[in-house]
Amino acid sequence: MQDLVQFTIFGLVLAAIYAVAASGLVVTYTTTGIFNFAHGAIGMIGAFAYWQLRVGWHWPVIPSALIVLIVVGPGMGIVIDRVIMRGLEGVSEVTKTVVSIGLLFGLIALAPIIWNPKRTYSVEPFFGANRVTIFGAGVTWHQLTAIAIAIAVAVGLRLFLYGTRAGVSMRAVVDNRSLARLNGARPTRASSMSWALGCALAALSGMLVAERLGLEVLALTFLVVNAYAAAVVGRLVSLPLTFLGAVILGLTQSYAQGYLKDNPGWLPEGYDLTTPLRLAIPVIILFITLLVLPSAPLRTYGLQRSRESVPRPTWKLSIIGFGVLIAAVAIVSGLLGEGDLVGWSRGLAVALIMLSLVPLTGYGGQISLAQMSFAGIGAFTMAHFGATGSPIGLVLAVIVSGCVGAVVALPALRLRGIYLALATLAFAYFVDKVVFTQKALVEAGSMPVARLQIAGISFAGPRAYMILLAVVFSLVGAGVIFLRLGPFGRRLQAMKDSPAACATLGMNLTITKMQVFILSAAIAGLGGALLAGVNTQAQVDDFNALQNLPVLLLAVAGGIALVSGSLFGGLLFASLGIIAKKVPSFEFFGVDGKVVVQDLLLLAPALIGISLGRNPNGAVNDISVRVKAAYEKYRLPEGERSADPSPTSLVQSIDLESLGLDRPFTAADLTLIDRGLHLDEESAASLRVGAAASWTGVERTSWAYQTGLNADEPERVS
Amino acid sequence: MGVLEAQGIRVKFGGHIAVIDADIDVEPGRITGLIGPNGAGKTTLFNVMTGLQTPVTGRVLLNGIDVTGFAPHDRAQRGMARTFQRIELFGSLTARENLQVAAEIKRSFSAQQQPVAERVDHVIELVGLRPFIDTRADVLTTGQARLVELARALVTRPKVVLLDEPASGLDADETESFAVLLQQLTREGLAILLVEHDIPLVMKVCHRIYVLDLGRIIASGTGEEVQRDPAVIDAYLGAPADVGH
Repeated sequence: MQDLVQFTIFGLVLAAIYAVAASGLVVTYTTTGIFNFAHGAIGMIGAFAYWQLRVGWHWPVIPSALIVLIVVGPGMGIVIDRVIMRGLEGVSEVTKTVVSIGLLFGLIALAPIIWNPKRTYSVEPFFGANRVTIFGAGVTWHQLTAIAIAIAVAVGLRLFLYGTRAGVSMRAVVDNRSLARLNGARPTRASSMSWALGCALAALSGMLVAERLGLEVLALTFLVVNAYAAAVVGRLVSLPLTFLGAVILGLTQSYAQGYLKDNPGWLPEGYDLTTPLRLAIPVIILFITLLVLPSAPLRTYGLQRSRESVPRPTWKLSIIGFGVLIAAVAIVSGLLGEGDLVGWSRGLAVALIMLSLVPLTGYGGQISLAQMSFAGIGAFTMAHFGATGSPIGLVLAVIVSGCVGAVVALPALRLRGIYLALATLAFAYFVDKVVFTQKALVEAGSMPVARLQIAGISFAGPRAYMILLAVVFSLVGAGVIFLRLGPFGRRLQAMKDSPAACATLGMNLTITKMQVFILSAAIAGLGGALLAGVNTQAQVDDFNALQNLPVLLLAVAGGIALVSGSLFGGLLFASLGIIAKKVPSFEFFGVDGKVVVQDLLLLAPALIGISLGRNPNGAVNDISVRVKAAYEKYRLPEGERSADPSPTSLVQSIDLESLGLDRPFTAADLTLIDRGLHLDEESAASLRVGAAASWTGVERTSWAYQTGLNADEPERVS
Repeated sequence: MGVLEAQGIRVKFGGHIAVIDADIDVEPGRITGLIGPNGAGKTTLFNVMTGLQTPVTGRVLLNGIDVTGFAPHDRAQRGMARTFQRIELFGSLTARENLQVAAEIKRSFSAQQQPVAERVDHVIELVGLRPFIDTRADVLTTGQARLVELARALVTRPKVVLLDEPASGLDADETESFAVLLQQLTREGLAILLVEHDIPLVMKVCHRIYVLDLGRIIASGTGEEVQRDPAVIDAYLGAPADVGH
């Protein structure tokens, strides 16, 4: 009985922390439509800030906590909103996801730069070690405080969202942004407020949990992954259900910790279920919740000119590209030392894994955060069946990861957008905790894999293997392009543009998603098996759930809808590792300089990720647009140049919603709108003549506004 | 008996009842009109019939089969197609590719095989898309986009097609030829359910008109009948002099 009380109280404390964290996630998501993957990292910074005030500067408890809660948390929120998130209107769910992952990396990199990672940090619980006894179980005041705070947050949020003008306007913005604006609400202010509130709650949860977890950057950051489950119980919108989810999660986890002790007798030697299951409970709850959620009805969004589009590939350019790649690898590999060869080969293998995202995410618009886990399954399949470098292992790796992909896809594909991303991330964590911990499957975490031997030809040398990787990448890349140019590719593209239209034309969305998901998992499995060959061993660390974040991030950075984009992303991935190894060791304010430089390198993907909000089509597309423009500038006479390569960029720069409502529009606005509507100067000028000028302007603005500037009917203006 | 029937449809959004016990019968070879003020529930009714919205009560019959519980793609495979009030073209594809995708989807579930290119070309000529057929869909004008959306629906050889405000964004000439096109389509046996605010067009082409107001069907009959109906005049059309010229 005493145990039960103890575990229950402990579970409720956990629940309280999850509830505070998850309600922050929900507040931000409902107001801004952005699921903040960096929520935990913000909590982590909050906890460190509290340490700085309380321990570093010896402030008393209450002022320290209040400063973090009222200044640091909301301050971070406002900066994040102003600097990063404002630019995200009109981008896809993938880009939003990647930007917040970028922020996550940024904060993880920032913390050790401010707080020396060679030190250990800890904070005292609130009220010291004082405790009370409830039903014979000892409970600290800190734990009781946590529960009280969660209840206060629940009540406070309810009062705020329903009882204050600010709260009501935040909810109004969720329902209908433009309508709310017409009624006097300010969406930008509401979004600032929700980021401030969300980050304050994140910081609060960070402070509450720091006492127990200690101040460890990654542990604090990823504790919040558990809170995702609670937020999803509330379908990311309902606060009461989120709190319920937190309670279920906290109690289940606590009871599992207490009562799940022995492996069942039927379990064969080399397998362990209890420890992994205990660790995996939050993601199992997350996965199950996602599966029982009723699937959202297909919604229509109307035809929009997306900011995200890349030209479709052509065979001529692609074949030249692959030829150049193989030739370049053949030549450059002769100039590299063995260490660099391995490093860049990793890049090519990772590029292949990123390539698996091109049909899935780039063409089909489905987000997966589990590609590295499929790759890991491929790698260990290779280790079991092709450890001698047998191609049979490679074939099996493709088949097994494809089949696992099918098993995951079956339940997960009812989900869309961020929910699918979360389900795949939950699967990745499940693989981490439950599959990659079984001695029978992965031994002590790594297994030897010899490099391939195909028909008597050995690719055991690092140079030969690197060239092989380039050839395989080119072949699979060509396959993906073939797909894009055929009916299946068209169908994926259509599914991304309008699922509702696809369904009403007779397309079975589930089957189409299933097909592309299996294909994608199979490509990832191939990449994983080949990556194991690069290292001559399959290692769990290469494929842990966290690796999925940089893989998606850098794939999007290169260009998620382009084969060349994944090559760019893979090489970028490799280059960061290679540079990190070459950093000399030096002292820097008493900190090992190597540590600092590596943290700065971690900032690179962060900045890349964040910048994607401004340029969501990725680096390769950006470069090619610029190169083309430069080429035309020098080689072609004025008349033959193609139009502005990015006409949408003009349109983006006007905040249309505020035109004529928040501020009067200016001559410059009119010019921009004319160009957005493809009006030439002459007809635009004729429209502005005389007293009708201002009326015409209003009229055009409202059309542009209603149609999202679809270059709509310039002739009607006259 | 109609090719498409809605019987006793009721839809709720939270506490708000959007459609109340609506009955609609769409007959083959006829154009059936559905008119009413904004917010009357016309698009909601479309969504119920095509499977994008689940009704609280009521049934949808397609060729006499109860399809109420069927997924949208199931209904489409049984001969239903639609367009959307807010155009739902595949923006990153060209107009031709939009039609191609539809034809390829059709081929994937239908035994009756006409080469994709042939079918697509036929519909391009029928609807008159030639001038902008290779333009990306997201830069078409509204009028062009609406025609492409209609063409895309027709490519799947539907038995019944639901058009949600297809003439909004068309100019007078375009509307004129659009009316001719609709009448031509019905001669081949197609059933059309038309939601439209262009009352002269509706009066001209529709064999039967349903008037929806505040979620309720307040009148149905020929153009002349509904135009004379006092409830309709009161709710939507205004004095008879305002319309039909």
